Amino acid sequence: MLKWRVLIPSVILGSWAILSLVAQWLPLYPNQITLAAILQPPSFDAILGFDDLGRPLLARLLMGARTSFFVAFWVVLISMTLGTVIGMISAWLGGYVDLWIVRIIDVFLAFPSILLAIALSGLLKPDISNVVFALSAVGWVGFARLARAQTLSLKRREHVQAAVALGAGNFRILRWHVLPLLLAPLTVEATFGIAGVVIAEAGLSFLGLGVQAPAASWGSMIRDGTLYMLIAPHLVLAPGIALCGVVLSVNLLGDRLRDYLDVKRKD
Amino acid sequence: MLQLFFARLLSMFGVILGVVTLVFLLIHLVPGDPVQAMLGESATATDQVALRHALGLDQPLLTQYFNTLQNLVRGDLGTSLYSKEPIREMLARRIPVTVLLTLAGLAVAMAIALPLGSVAALNKDKFWDYTAMSFSLLGISVPHFWLAPLLIMIFSLHLGWFPVSGYQNWDSLILPALTLGTALAAILARMVRATLLEVLNEDYIRTARAKGLSHRAVVIHHALRNAALPILTVLGMQLGALLGGAVITETIFSLPGIGQLTVESIQRRDYPVVQACVLLISVSYVGVNTFTDLLYSWLDPRVHYHA
Repeated sequence: MLKWRVLIPSVILGSWAILSLVAQWLPLYPNQITLAAILQPPSFDAILGFDDLGRPLLARLLMGARTSFFVAFWVVLISMTLGTVIGMISAWLGGYVDLWIVRIIDVFLAFPSILLAIALSGLLKPDISNVVFALSAVGWVGFARLARAQTLSLKRREHVQAAVALGAGNFRILRWHVLPLLLAPLTVEATFGIAGVVIAEAGLSFLGLGVQAPAASWGSMIRDGTLYMLIAPHLVLAPGIALCGVVLSVNLLGDRLRDYLDVKRKD
Repeated sequence: MLQLFFARLLSMFGVILGVVTLVFLLIHLVPGDPVQAMLGESATATDQVALRHALGLDQPLLTQYFNTLQNLVRGDLGTSLYSKEPIREMLARRIPVTVLLTLAGLAVAMAIALPLGSVAALNKDKFWDYTAMSFSLLGISVPHFWLAPLLIMIFSLHLGWFPVSGYQNWDSLILPALTLGTALAAILARMVRATLLEVLNEDYIRTARAKGLSHRAVVIHHALRNAALPILTVLGMQLGALLGGAVITETIFSLPGIGQLTVESIQRRDYPVVQACVLLISVSYVGVNTFTDLLYSWLDPRVHYHA
């Protein structure tokens, strides 16, 4: 029961990760147009068929995976780093610094996050680095809130008090006495963050605010496919199944990870 | 109670002021020149100066800020760059569709989540629990913009039950509401399950059982009623996701609501309208959350905030 729940998602994610890493050395031609093959359904020659411009869908799907993983990696890395630092400093210093940071966090939480990301990437030039910027600008808040709450409770722990009594500096305490204990909850948050970012990136690209043609994203592939739903449903189905598979796997792994890292439940 | 009311109201206005400031700053914080982005790289200097002046971007930042605040207090949201219409009227025309869609999505979510979460909680760690929670996990992982084409393919193209898109009558709202409601239902079902499990462990449930009440009566009258309040709060918090989802859903189904206006205005580079839409959606979200908070403390006398 427990094994397949970890194994299947790991295999799905692992194979996508490896494929998207080695994709540039594979004999794939995601931008090569074969006019004779326009909208052709899946066959033996092309496992997933061709899109509306006669481009091989499998190759484009892999390019889309690269986009997804690229964005997810950078957004989660940036927002986790930024959020953790802000949250830890806020809780550690307290007072007016904390008060104002909490207010800023509250303001960010007042926006439906995808809306803020849509507005931001709409104001910027649509390209992949701006997608990373927009999603990070929205994403740091969750990490900051988590890091702040955890640091507040860690502040009163004996080992931190002892470090303070020994005269350790702020940086030293936060880096060596607080951060290591934050890693478990932050990792769980980051895992779910990946799922959220993959969906958000695809959503932005679906709205035409993400990566631009000829680059591929699962979101823009779904959007292009909706025009041909009646005659070529594989154009919508393939990227959608890929997207849901990845998100579902990440969520499943996140669930397991949360249970595994939850010290209370292990006791 | 009155003190709490005013404290919550005050903090709400604080957050709203912050939201207004952030939306105002959006256009300035973003790297690059918004005027150049709007007009494109081939625009003449004269046109750029003219647009800058029309948007008030040639004034000092603080003056712009106070002008914006002043206009907002008067209820003046400015005019659209694209259609030259007052933005307030554009929004007023589109609000009903979004409100209807959101309420319908909420209804769908509740209709799915309540039974699903209850079944899962009452059969904890058994077959039905796993089934319901697997469904819920699936629902969380399927994005709106993929579910919608799937529903259209099945119900509009193959079965022909509902219109593909557009807004004519109630039928046009069914598929969008399903799209919007399913994702929320998935999250909500988990919350219902967790809350109900907590409530079922309470002393008064044991008392009710000891009185000899039937299982059904205990669940409906004692457990679900007490679980209703935490669920209400979660619902308020999830409204943000619902409103965000409405933006994408309206765009897919061509429903003339606020969300579609947002996306259209972004494509037209009509920034004042984009700002107004973002402001409207966020302020409603903050307002509803404050309202649920107050409702919660009014309905449940055990809750005492140290405001």
